[in-house]
Amino acid sequence: MVNRTPVIAVIGAGIAGLEAARQLSGLGYEPVLIEKAPAVGGHVAEWNRLFPDMAPAADLLQSLEAGTSGIRTHVDTEIASLGRLKDGYSLILSNGETLLCDAVLFATGFHLFDASRKEEYGYGIYDRVITNRDLEQWFNTRHDPRVGKPKAVGFVHCVGSRDVKAGNKQCSKVCCITAIKEAIEIKEEFPDAEVYCFYMDLRLFGKKYEDFYIRAQRDLGIHFIRGRVSEVGEAIDGRVVVKAEDTLSGKPVKVTLDLLVLMAGIVCNPDAQHYARELGVAVDEDGFLKSRDNLGAVIESSRPGVFFAGACTGAKTVPETLAEARSAALAIHQYFNKRR
Amino acid sequence: MMDFGFKLSPSSAVNLDTVDRARYDRLVQLVPDARTCIDCGSCSATCTAAPWSGMSVRKVLLGLQRGRDDEVDAMLSKCMLCGKCTMVCPRGINTRQLILTLCRLDRKGEVVR
Repeated sequence: MVNRTPVIAVIGAGIAGLEAARQLSGLGYEPVLIEKAPAVGGHVAEWNRLFPDMAPAADLLQSLEAGTSGIRTHVDTEIASLGRLKDGYSLILSNGETLLCDAVLFATGFHLFDASRKEEYGYGIYDRVITNRDLEQWFNTRHDPRVGKPKAVGFVHCVGSRDVKAGNKQCSKVCCITAIKEAIEIKEEFPDAEVYCFYMDLRLFGKKYEDFYIRAQRDLGIHFIRGRVSEVGEAIDGRVVVKAEDTLSGKPVKVTLDLLVLMAGIVCNPDAQHYARELGVAVDEDGFLKSRDNLGAVIESSRPGVFFAGACTGAKTVPETLAEARSAALAIHQYFNKRR
Repeated sequence: MMDFGFKLSPSSAVNLDTVDRARYDRLVQLVPDARTCIDCGSCSATCTAAPWSGMSVRKVLLGLQRGRDDEVDAMLSKCMLCGKCTMVCPRGINTRQLILTLCRLDRKGEVVR
């Protein structure tokens, strides 16, 4: 074991990377954050408010960034190559720098499914079809001509999730509650609008999620229709016509909407797969990184010295991601203690 | 009428743009919990009248939202008000009160009885 402070490359400066770096730094290590985007924050930086307490996403990021202020951070930086050394790893960065480190933490997160791949929903074809990310950005900026002042709004659950043909058979887990959260926000913004949620199942597993559901039903009168949207077309006035089956009554339904929001799912990050292969770290069949053990060692990879935090191993909520980041920092601490 | 050997069936599709939800809207004003139905089917499964009549509180609520008033009224007329559905509802909806309230409303949602 080297006598200098161990260096840990943290790939990705979303909430997982930021929290892990903060913890590692507190434990006396030297984390280095590498982020390909021009700013830290990842997907959470694109979001407006977070369930279950509707806390502003910006507040969470602010506290995470405050905790990582002294930590070496490379933004706008990609990893050109990763190599294994006898006692560590070497990363060649796109800024020309070579980073020698003693451990690697994947905090590479996920990709939001490209909704235009589900052509039948018309994203990128019809003006009134947007995604969950577009809507969150509208909540942040209030600039999106597609939103307008809608009188009827629909939400399509499971876009690119639980969809074998789209190559993602896994559940994205957070879209059910996100759809209900956004439906409530839309209803609060436009109280006269009729809001419809088209779902296959509602998977409201987390703390207070069911309260959101009951509130959406009871207090706001949001309509929940069990049936997967089969196709979306454009009416002559530019509104969109949505067709589905109401599987609870066994009848086809159609409705004309001013705005249709597609709940794009969480899919694996292809960059993470690429880095994992270079390091000889196993990738799971769903495309996410493969944990050493799915019960007791979710944050450990198949290689000693390479760790995971957050959605690189599968869809996660914000608190789950933060808990994993802390847990990964502790696992890295134990890894160095054993080597000492 | 001339027999062509085939006939046209009316569409069973529900058009949510034109469906009249007045009776449902009035019902949920009077019994707000009615909106929290999750279509679990407990009420229908326990219903004393269901095996012979097709009565189902779940389908009544759904039918009201889909403009299927004839089916709703036919089902309501079969209810014996035994209250078993109220005992099993996981959302705690007072289904017996819901049915009694609904029986007092006409199709426009006016209280007539």
